[in-house]
Amino acid sequence: MELLDGNLELKEIQKLQGHTDRVWSLAWNPATAAADVPKVFASCSGDKTVRIWEESPSTRSWDCKAVLEETHSRTVRSCAWSPSGRLLATASFDATTAIWENVGGDFECVSTLEGHENEVKSVSWNASGSLLATCGRDKTVWIWEVMPGNEFECIQVLQGHTQDVKMVEWHPTMDILFSCSYDNTVKVWWSDDADGDWSCVQTLGESSNGHSSTVWSLAFNAKGDKLVTCSDDLTMKIWEADIIRMQSGDGYAPWNHLCTLSGYHDRTIFSVHWSREGIIASGAADDAVRLFVESKDGSMNGSSYQLLLKKEKAHDMDVNSVQWCPGEKRLLASASDDGTIKIWELGTLP
Amino acid sequence: MVSGLINANPIVYEKKERRVRNEAAVPDEYAVEPIDQLEIFYHIRDIKDPEHPYSLEELKVITEDAIEVDNERSYVRVTFTPTVEHCSMATVIGLCLRVKLMRSLPSRYKMDIRVAPGTHATEAAVNKQLNDKERVAAALENPNLLDMVDECLAPSYA
Repeated sequence: MELLDGNLELKEIQKLQGHTDRVWSLAWNPATAAADVPKVFASCSGDKTVRIWEESPSTRSWDCKAVLEETHSRTVRSCAWSPSGRLLATASFDATTAIWENVGGDFECVSTLEGHENEVKSVSWNASGSLLATCGRDKTVWIWEVMPGNEFECIQVLQGHTQDVKMVEWHPTMDILFSCSYDNTVKVWWSDDADGDWSCVQTLGESSNGHSSTVWSLAFNAKGDKLVTCSDDLTMKIWEADIIRMQSGDGYAPWNHLCTLSGYHDRTIFSVHWSREGIIASGAADDAVRLFVESKDGSMNGSSYQLLLKKEKAHDMDVNSVQWCPGEKRLLASASDDGTIKIWELGTLP
Repeated sequence: MVSGLINANPIVYEKKERRVRNEAAVPDEYAVEPIDQLEIFYHIRDIKDPEHPYSLEELKVITEDAIEVDNERSYVRVTFTPTVEHCSMATVIGLCLRVKLMRSLPSRYKMDIRVAPGTHATEAAVNKQLNDKERVAAALENPNLLDMVDECLAPSYA
């Protein structure tokens, strides 16, 4: 199916209800990407709970398998599965990050990470599952080491952002950490060696063609050589770096602005996610989901991106999170202020 | 207590007369009724100022003209004028406006709340906070702040 042929639609597969407050975030379990394994994802909400959803192989419909409650005392803002799919980390406004383990179908809270002074807004595992990062309104980013027996030790508290840090995300292949903030910047954190100190090696701010308002989210393409950021300034920006050089141990290579997608959104963009095939999904405060792809324009030097499709009224209220399902099918999940989660399939028009 | 007030002597204005709205003889319950400036104003005019026993209308913090409504786009913008330029209560007032409208308008409405340009020393910072829904959500989970907001909103539910 050629993406740029223009015959595509985002078909709603199912609307999942259950949360009793806005759904902030969702995360697909990476271990369930294989073809014959029922797909699983977690969602987290202002109702202080986390719900685990699973696709029934026989009926192809999604059911809520578990509700993780009585642990967080405030909104659960973000969740992330470890690369092995064994653990789930949940970040909450109650200033803690809980670690859950699936023990025979039941999820147990096996650890609670404390330290942030106030609301924790995001949590991310590195590619190998050896490190965890969290961030919050206290302007800091914390790096935790994952130790045997579900123990977590904070190895460093990174200062640098001048305001609330909205999201953290590890690079998909290398141990480089990215954070985005209410201070309008994205910071890149790097450590020279495994035992070294982490420091901010780059700040993507207005002077580097960066955003002019809060940066809410960022996502990498499959190769890890491109990055997309989205902001309250109504634009999305694509950045690129010389990954080959970095992977070959040649030290840090900076990220450079590639292009800005503006004029497509008229309200804050809360979430972006890049599929393995290169489709960028965005979720915004105008209740819509948009898909973008790189334009195949041989005559231009730089890359440019175009709108593939816009799903208006994807939800009844703001879309807070969009996440592509890992795996073969073109499935997208979206979470909204309307308290629902929707599963979509990208397909050709009938 | 009095010495701690930001603005100990606010100017109090007369309240506008309250017009009775003419209801249609047989209201169509399923019609999507357009919401106008006056209706939005009715929801917020009696909100009490956090510091003084006067309403936002009486202190001219909000006026009917400072409300913009676009029914087709389900969009509302309220511009308010703090009584003093350095008012640290500006974010509380903004929060009260947002909460009252959130509770009173259909959920499809998008809202922008801002201070009138030139009326506050840190206008951009206040506006940014008031329109960051994550910050608003976290603030409203703070019981002390929520109590303060509910106290200010109480007279507006009559």
